[in-house]
Amino acid sequence: MNEALIRSLTPGVLGVLVRRGADFAAAEDAVQDALIEAVRVWPADQPRDPKGWLVTVAWRRFLDATRADAARRRREDLVDEEPAPGPAPAVDDTLQLYFLCAHPSLTPSSAVALTLRAVGGLTTRQIAQAYLVPEATMAQRISRAKRTVSGVQFDRPGDVATVLRVLYLVFNEGYSGDVDLAAEAIRLTRQLAATIDHPEVAGLLALMLLHDARRATRTAPDGSLVPLAEQDRSRWDTASIAEGVEILQAALARDRLGEFQAQAAIAALHADAPTAEETDWVQIVEWYDELARLTDSPVVRLNRAVAVGEADGPRAGLAALAALNDSLPRHSAVAAYLHERDGDLTTAAQLYAEAAQKAPNLAERDYLTRQAARLNTGRGR
Amino acid sequence: MAKYLLLKHYRGAPAAVNDVPMDQWTPEEISAHVQYMNDFAARLEKSGEFVDGQALAPEGSWVRYDGEGRPPVTDGPFAETKDLIAGWMVIDVDSHERAVELAGELSAAPGAGGKPIHEWLEVRPFLAAKPSITECTFK
Repeated sequence: MNEALIRSLTPGVLGVLVRRGADFAAAEDAVQDALIEAVRVWPADQPRDPKGWLVTVAWRRFLDATRADAARRRREDLVDEEPAPGPAPAVDDTLQLYFLCAHPSLTPSSAVALTLRAVGGLTTRQIAQAYLVPEATMAQRISRAKRTVSGVQFDRPGDVATVLRVLYLVFNEGYSGDVDLAAEAIRLTRQLAATIDHPEVAGLLALMLLHDARRATRTAPDGSLVPLAEQDRSRWDTASIAEGVEILQAALARDRLGEFQAQAAIAALHADAPTAEETDWVQIVEWYDELARLTDSPVVRLNRAVAVGEADGPRAGLAALAALNDSLPRHSAVAAYLHERDGDLTTAAQLYAEAAQKAPNLAERDYLTRQAARLNTGRGR
Repeated sequence: MAKYLLLKHYRGAPAAVNDVPMDQWTPEEISAHVQYMNDFAARLEKSGEFVDGQALAPEGSWVRYDGEGRPPVTDGPFAETKDLIAGWMVIDVDSHERAVELAGELSAAPGAGGKPIHEWLEVRPFLAAKPSITECTFK
């Protein structure tokens, strides 16, 4: 049994402990201990009932810790034997954990860290490595998050939208170091989709699968960005695309549109096009219109201007862009692209250079600088 | 979640409000200042926002490549260099507003007379290595 499989049991085991009356923070520590023990022991001697094994070990750890704690504080001891299961939970334990870890009282970074540990079963060290912060800092962030949610009632259903925002953040972090956060986000969203029947959960899962299908082609071997139109489509993961499209279609059929379904629909239209030239930009513009209605996000309107430029020509794209605030991130990058398509290479080169100055990350800055350089040398300088 | 550099200058920043050189403080004022800085870092670690903090010696040298098979050229320090970094703190926070809030607190470190220095700190966002997966128009 590999580590990911062991980790998939995390929320169920933690749920049992909390249900038995263990306080969330202490139960979470006990489950982490049990997971580490499982990774050590199982390769040689795998139990027949993995979840039962984890529950037993975690519960013992919890009792030991509580007893030590209680002894220190001169309080009475807890009962030893495993308690009888309480009344059947109204909301699934796993789902409840997602809600708790994405609780609105948490900051986004705390919710992300707590979700990865308490639902994902990652160790503090792995989470710290993924986010490039010291382990001590991440440990504090997690214990602080646990304290923040310690008073939250475990059996009250939460808002699935907050959970989706957290998973979306994890996915967008991508993959750095040893931990593949995009894959972890897909695993956690898949697990959530198995727990709750909600079109936006399906929409987010589809969106992740459709984006992840292009992962291998998004960057060149030297790490530089490869834009969508230049990606080698023969290397896109067709199984992942097919799964994403199927999940999306089932979700859309339920006629409860949300922003993740709309984003996934756009990703699906890109994934569907055999060549960049065959992209159905008219439909993509329509989906951006839907998305703008759902989110009213300036980023969406910026991306819409790109799509309009492809569907109706660069002049139309520039007209759409003119309606937007030019302080938006990537505004000059989009303007540069549309001016180049319109044949105004001087303006385009200037705007690419300006966009490079404002780029929020190295890969984009290098890409935009190269675009400016390409146009400048092309003009015979 | 974004990383920011809080940059402290020996030279090159606008003058602080309480602009008295450290060698003219009382020893107790220096201790209070050092304590404040240590407490600040410890508090950031507790809040899960601390990444790194370092101080730099005021004097260093300038180095450059001098061609194949030759040792690098060194020079300096140059008295005329306008900008001189004293040290930094790296934080990992949820928003730009939070970075500014923390820089403001750091700038309140006590100096002469036990009063805040009101020192100007430079707040610079880190450039991430890669764009987020779903939000970049170019991929």
